[in-house]
Amino acid sequence: MTKEIIISGFGGQGIVSSGIILAYAGLIEDKHVTFFPSYGAEMRGGTANCSVVVSGEPVASPIVANPDIVVIMNEPSLTRFEPTIKPGGMLLYNKTLIKSQPQRKDIAVVSIEANVIAEELGQARIANMVMLGVMIKKTKLLNLETLKKAQRKRFVKANDEQLALNDKALEKGYGLL
Amino acid sequence: MKMIFGRPLGLTETLQRYCPGCGHGIVHRIIGELLVKLDIRERTIGIAPVGCSVFADEYFNCDMIQPPHGRGPAIATGLKRTRPECIVFSYQGDGDLAAMGTAEIIHAAARSENITVIFINNAIFGMTGGQMAPTTLPGMKSTTSVKGRDIGKQGFPIKVCEMLASLDGPYYLERCAVDTPRNVIRTEKALKTAFANQISNKGFSMVEILSMCPTGWGQTPVQAKKWLGEVMAEYYPLGVFRDLSKEEK
Amino acid sequence: MAEKKLMYGNHAMVEGVIAAGCRFFAGYPITPQNEIPELMSIRMNEIGGVFVQTESEISAINMLFGAAAAGKRAMTSSSSPGISLMQEGISYIAGADIPVLVVNVVRGGPGLGNIAPSQSDYYQATRGGGHGDYFTITLAPNSAQDLYEFPRLAFELAEKYRNPALILADGLLGQMMEPVEFSSKPIDPKSLPEKEWALCGCKGRERRVVRSYDLKAGKLEVLNLRRAEKYAKIINKEQRFKTEYCDDADLVIVAYGTCSRVSDAAVKMARDKGFKVGLLRLITLWPFPMDVLGDMAKKVDNFLVVEMSNGQMIDDVKLATECRSRIYFHGRPGGGVPTPPEIYKRIEEVLGGAR
Repeated sequence: MTKEIIISGFGGQGIVSSGIILAYAGLIEDKHVTFFPSYGAEMRGGTANCSVVVSGEPVASPIVANPDIVVIMNEPSLTRFEPTIKPGGMLLYNKTLIKSQPQRKDIAVVSIEANVIAEELGQARIANMVMLGVMIKKTKLLNLETLKKAQRKRFVKANDEQLALNDKALEKGYGLL
Repeated sequence: MKMIFGRPLGLTETLQRYCPGCGHGIVHRIIGELLVKLDIRERTIGIAPVGCSVFADEYFNCDMIQPPHGRGPAIATGLKRTRPECIVFSYQGDGDLAAMGTAEIIHAAARSENITVIFINNAIFGMTGGQMAPTTLPGMKSTTSVKGRDIGKQGFPIKVCEMLASLDGPYYLERCAVDTPRNVIRTEKALKTAFANQISNKGFSMVEILSMCPTGWGQTPVQAKKWLGEVMAEYYPLGVFRDLSKEEK
Repeated sequence: MAEKKLMYGNHAMVEGVIAAGCRFFAGYPITPQNEIPELMSIRMNEIGGVFVQTESEISAINMLFGAAAAGKRAMTSSSSPGISLMQEGISYIAGADIPVLVVNVVRGGPGLGNIAPSQSDYYQATRGGGHGDYFTITLAPNSAQDLYEFPRLAFELAEKYRNPALILADGLLGQMMEPVEFSSKPIDPKSLPEKEWALCGCKGRERRVVRSYDLKAGKLEVLNLRRAEKYAKIINKEQRFKTEYCDDADLVIVAYGTCSRVSDAAVKMARDKGFKVGLLRLITLWPFPMDVLGDMAKKVDNFLVVEMSNGQMIDDVKLATECRSRIYFHGRPGGGVPTPPEIYKRIEEVLGGAR
C-alpha cells in the first residue's frame, strides 16, 4: 500500500504543518514516510504545497506528480492540482474559500466547510486540522489517535490549550462524514 | 667569546633567497626576533603568501602553512578559531592581499579576527617579474604598464590602511616603512604592538610596510631606498590609522 | 533501537556532522542547502563549536584548510555554483594531504542553473574538480538516514587517507523529511587523537609545515607518485555499493543518490511483471566500484544507467565493464527527477519480450 498525497493552499494555512503531521503519524504507525515541501519563487504569495508519501515499502521518490489524495485549501490550488489526481483518487476541498466546483467525474470529491467549522471551534487557522480529520476518516489512511500524537511532535512549543483545540478540530473533522 | 649578535631563533638556518636591497629580509628578521622576545615562537602558526616570500614557510622557525594566493586571512580565521591558544600571523604581499585576497582581508578585518597581518607593499609584482600591482603608483612603470600606470585605463592604486580604517572592525592599523634605520625601528615597534594585541585578545591588527623592490623598480638598492622615502611614502603616508587602545584609556 | 525522528535531510546532515565530532563549520548561504548553515549556527553555538558565515565559498574552503590543518574535524556545505568556487581550495587541501569534509547539495547547472535537484556535478566530484593530479573520496547518500551517517564515514576515510572527502547529495535529499534513527553514539571531539601533522605550535618538537608545493627539481613528481600509491590503495579497499536482485538479472540498473531510490521502485515494478532486473546502487563514486561492475559484465548483458544529468557516470560504467555489455542510459538533466514508471518503460524498451 502506497498513498501519495498533496496538500495545497495559501502560505499561512498550515499546509507544511499538515504535511509534517501526516508524515509523523505514518512514522508512529511504523510506515515508510516522506515529506517534501514545494520550493521556489512561487511560494511567496501564490500557493504553498507539499507532498507526503505513506507506504508499506521504502519510498522511491518524495516528489508526487500524480497523487492518490489531494487536500485543497484555496481556489488556485484546485485549478492546479485537480487535473493531476489519479483516476479513482480523492479530492478533499475547503468549500468555505473555494467557489468553483471540481469538474472530475473519475475521482471521489469531498467538500468541507473547513473555515466555518474551524471558526465555530474558535480559530480559523485550525481549518487544516479539520481537513486532516476528514481525510483520514474517508481514506482510512491513519488513526485519529495517531494524528493527535503526531500534532504534538510538530507543535512542540504549543500550550496545552492549543493542542486540545487542535485535537477537537481533528475529532470534529473525523466525525463529520 | 660571547656572541652578542646572531640569527634569532625565530628564523631557520635556511638561506633566504631575496634580491639585494629587498625589504623582505628586514621584516623577516624583525618577526623572527619578536617571536623570541615575546616568547610566542612555540605557539605560533605563520601563514606564508604566494609571491616572492612564498618560501617564508622555510624561513620562520615556527609551524607554517602555505595557502592559495590571497587566502591567508581565511586560513588564519580557521586556525585561530580552532586553536585560540596559538598566535597566528599572515604575511602577505600586495598582489596577495590587495588584489587576489581583497575580500578575505576586508572581511577578516570586519569580523575583527584576533590575528596579526603583516602586509608588504612594494608597489610591484616581484616574483612574477615586475608587473603592475594594485598598489603601483600612478605613472609608475612596470612590465604591464611600460609607459607608466595610466590611471585612465588601469585605475588608481588601493590604499589598504585607509580602506580598512573605514571599517569598525580593526583594532590596530599602522603603515610603516623599512627604508631607513629610524623607520625600521618604528616598524619593529608596530609589529610588536600588533602581536601584543593578539596575545591580549584585542582583535584584528595589521601593519602595512612599505618595502623596497630594486629589481622590480629597475633601481639600485640605494636609489630604491631614496625613491621609497621621497615618492612612495608621499603617496602612502606613514602613520597610525587605527589604534583602539587609545580609546580604551 | 533509538527512537526515529522525522527530519529534513539537511538537518539530519547537521546532526550527523556533530555526532561525528566536528566542531567547525564555515559556509556561505546558497539554495538548496540553507538549512545546513542555519541549523549549524544554532547547534555550534549550543555545543561550543565554531560557526562562521563567510564572505564567499572561497573563504569558506580556506577556513576549512586552516581549521583542518590545525588538526580538527572541519566541514563546509554548499551547492553546485558554490562548490565551483571552492575548487581552488580543495586542490590545495588535496595537495597538502589534509582531511576535510565538503558537502555538495547538488542543483541544476551549468551557471546559475536552477535550484532543483540534480546530479550534474559527477565529473567535477570524481575527477578531482580543481587543477592538478588528485581525487576526492566521494560518497553518495540516498536517504536522510544516510545524510546522518555518512559524515562520520567521510571523516574516518578522510583522516585514514589524509584526503578531502565529499558528500554528493542533491536538493531532493536535503529538502525532504524522512525518519532518521540516531544510530550511533556521538563522538566527543576531545576523544579524537591529536594528529601527528597538525599545526598547533612547535613546543617540544620540530616545527611543522603544511604546504601543497615543492619547487625543487623532481620533488613534486615524487610527491605525486606517492599520492598515486595512496589513491591506488583507496581504489583497492574502499569501493562501496549495494546490490539487489542482481544474481539472475538480464538487466542491471546502475544509479546513485536519488536515482538509486527511484530505480529501486522501478526494479520492483519490473520484477512484478516478470522482468529479471537488478539494481547496483553506488555508495562511493570515487573510488568508483569498478570491480563489481567488471564481474557483473561477465554475465549481465544489459546495463541501464540512470542519472539526473545528460550522462556522466555512464563513462565510468563503460570503463568498468570494458564495454562488454550493452549500456543504455536514462537521464533527466536540469532539475528533472525520474519517476519509477518512466524508468520501468525504459526497462521494457530494452528487454522487450525477454521476460
